[in-house]
Amino acid sequence: MDPLLDLLKKNAREPDAVLAKELGVTEHDIRARIAAYQAEGVIRGFQAVLNPDRLADADVRAVIELRIRPEREGGFDRIASRISRFPQVESMFLMSGGFDLLLFVKGQSLQEVANFVSARLAPLEGVLSTATHFMLKTYKDQGVLMESEPHDDRLQVCP
Amino acid sequence: MTTVSKSARDFIAPHLRDIPKSGIRDFFDIVASRKDVISLGIGEPDFQTPWHIREKAIASIENGATRYTSNLGTPELRQALSDYMRRSFSAAYDPVSEILVTVGVSEAFDIALRAVLSPGDEVLYHEPCFVAYAPLIRMAHGVPVAVDTFRKDNFRLTVAELEKRVTPRTRVLLLNFPNNPTGATLDKEDTEALADFALRHDLLVISDEVYSELTYEGGRHSMAAIPRLRDRLIFLNGFSKAWSMTGFRLGYVCAPAPLTDAMMKIHQYCMMCASSISQTAGLEALRQGEPDVVAMRESYNQRRNFIVASLNELGLDCFMPRGAFYVFPSVQSTGLTSHEFAMRLLNEYNVACVPGTAFGACGAGFLRCAYATGIDPLKEAIDRIGQFLRTL
Repeated sequence: MDPLLDLLKKNAREPDAVLAKELGVTEHDIRARIAAYQAEGVIRGFQAVLNPDRLADADVRAVIELRIRPEREGGFDRIASRISRFPQVESMFLMSGGFDLLLFVKGQSLQEVANFVSARLAPLEGVLSTATHFMLKTYKDQGVLMESEPHDDRLQVCP
Repeated sequence: MTTVSKSARDFIAPHLRDIPKSGIRDFFDIVASRKDVISLGIGEPDFQTPWHIREKAIASIENGATRYTSNLGTPELRQALSDYMRRSFSAAYDPVSEILVTVGVSEAFDIALRAVLSPGDEVLYHEPCFVAYAPLIRMAHGVPVAVDTFRKDNFRLTVAELEKRVTPRTRVLLLNFPNNPTGATLDKEDTEALADFALRHDLLVISDEVYSELTYEGGRHSMAAIPRLRDRLIFLNGFSKAWSMTGFRLGYVCAPAPLTDAMMKIHQYCMMCASSISQTAGLEALRQGEPDVVAMRESYNQRRNFIVASLNELGLDCFMPRGAFYVFPSVQSTGLTSHEFAMRLLNEYNVACVPGTAFGACGAGFLRCAYATGIDPLKEAIDRIGQFLRTL
C-alpha cells in the first residue's frame, strides 16, 4: 500500500506539511495524491475513531448475520445494495460460510435495533433468516485499541 | 603495631576507580528530575514489543520453560540465528560451535574484549560512539584509542584516520555501524577498506551491528559479509533494536569456533545462559517477526525524513543518516556549545537532546536527537526548538 495511505489511516488529520516531510515530497504532491485517491474512489471518507464506552449517548450496536437467497440475475448484489442503504447499517460485508451478509447496525436503543431487524430486514424479499448479536463492549476498532497500551514508561534519556 | 584500616573506597580496583563516571550522567539526572519533558534523548525504540513475541514469552512461562538452557543458548535459537546470518549477511556460522547467545549486546561486548585483550593492548574505536565502549575496554585492561569521524565524511570511519592512530600495540578494531549517535552507515567500499586495514595490521575486528535492521537506504554492508575477514571477526548483534525487545536483554555473538570457545569460558561462569524466556521470544522474532521489522523500519524512516527536513529548515545543519534512529545536527551556527544548547533547550523549552560531547570529544558542536518517539512529540519538539532558536 502507498505509505501515504498508511499514514492517513493512522491519522487522517496529519497536516499536509508533516506528511510531505515524512515522505520526502512536496505539500503540493500530497494534496494532489489525496485528491486523486478521492477522485478514484480509493479514499471514501475520513472519520474519527470513537470509543463508544466513553460516550455519554452512545448508540446501541449489533452485528447481524443474514442469510439471503441469491437472485438469478445479479446474485447477492441487488438485495445487498438495498440493505446497505439503510442509515442504521454502518458496515456490511458479503461473507463465505454459514451465512451471507454480515451487518454492523446501530440504533438509539435495543428496542430500536430490534424493530429495525423485525420490521425492515426480516420481511425483505429474499431474506431467509437473521441472527442478531448485540455488542457489549469495544476492545478494538479500526485497528485502534480502546484501552491504550501502558503509558510510555521508557527512561527519559538513555545512551 | 598500628594499622591504618581501609575505607570502602580503597577496596575499589584502581583501574575501575580511574574510569570517570559517565560525563552524561549529570545531564541524565537533570532530565529525569523534570516533568513533561519531550525527550529526544531516548536510545530505545518506542514501539511495544510485537504482541506475538510477548505472547510466546508468556506461553513459555506457562509451559514451564523456565530452566537453565545450554550455555551457548538453545539449539533451536542458535539454528535460527545461523539461518538468519546466512539470509541477511550471506555469512555461514555453525550453530553448534560458532554462535553464542548473550544477555544483550552489552554482555557480548564485554566477553569479546575480555577474551582477546591482554593488559596494555590497544583498541581502536571511532568517536562519536556509544558511551560504553571505552569503559568496557578499560575494564578488560585494554587501552582505548579514539579515532575521530567527521561531518564532512557523514561520520563514516576512514582508513586515513585509522592509520594515524594504529601502533604496534594495536590489537583490535572496534566498529559500530549503523552508528549510535550519528546514524552513519558504511558503504561497500568502506567495509572493504576497513577489512584491508585490519588484515594489513593483523587486527581482530569486533563489529557491533545491533542497528543493522534499521538501515533505510544504501544497502546493508556488514563486516560479516567479507569472507577474508572471517577468521578475525567477532560479530555482535541483538534483538533490542530490530524487534523493540530492549528489556528482554538478548544478544548474540558469531565468531570462529576458537574465539567462541574463549568467550564461552567467560559467559558460562558469569552468566550461565541468557534468560530462557527471552530466548523463546527471540526465536519467535526470528521465525515470525520479519513483517514487524519492515513496518517499524518504515515508520522510523518517515520520522527520520521529517526530523531531518525540519532541522535543516530551522538552520541546524543535519546530514541524512542512513541507519539507526538518531540524527546528529550541528548547533555550531548558534554560537552555543553542545552542552549550553542542550541545557538551555531543556531549561527553557523542556526538550531533551543529548549533547554530542557525551559520545566523544569530536561530538562537540553537535546534538544527538533520537527520533524513536511518536510523530506528535517530534512535531512539538521541532516547534519548541524553533521557538528557542528565535530567541538566540
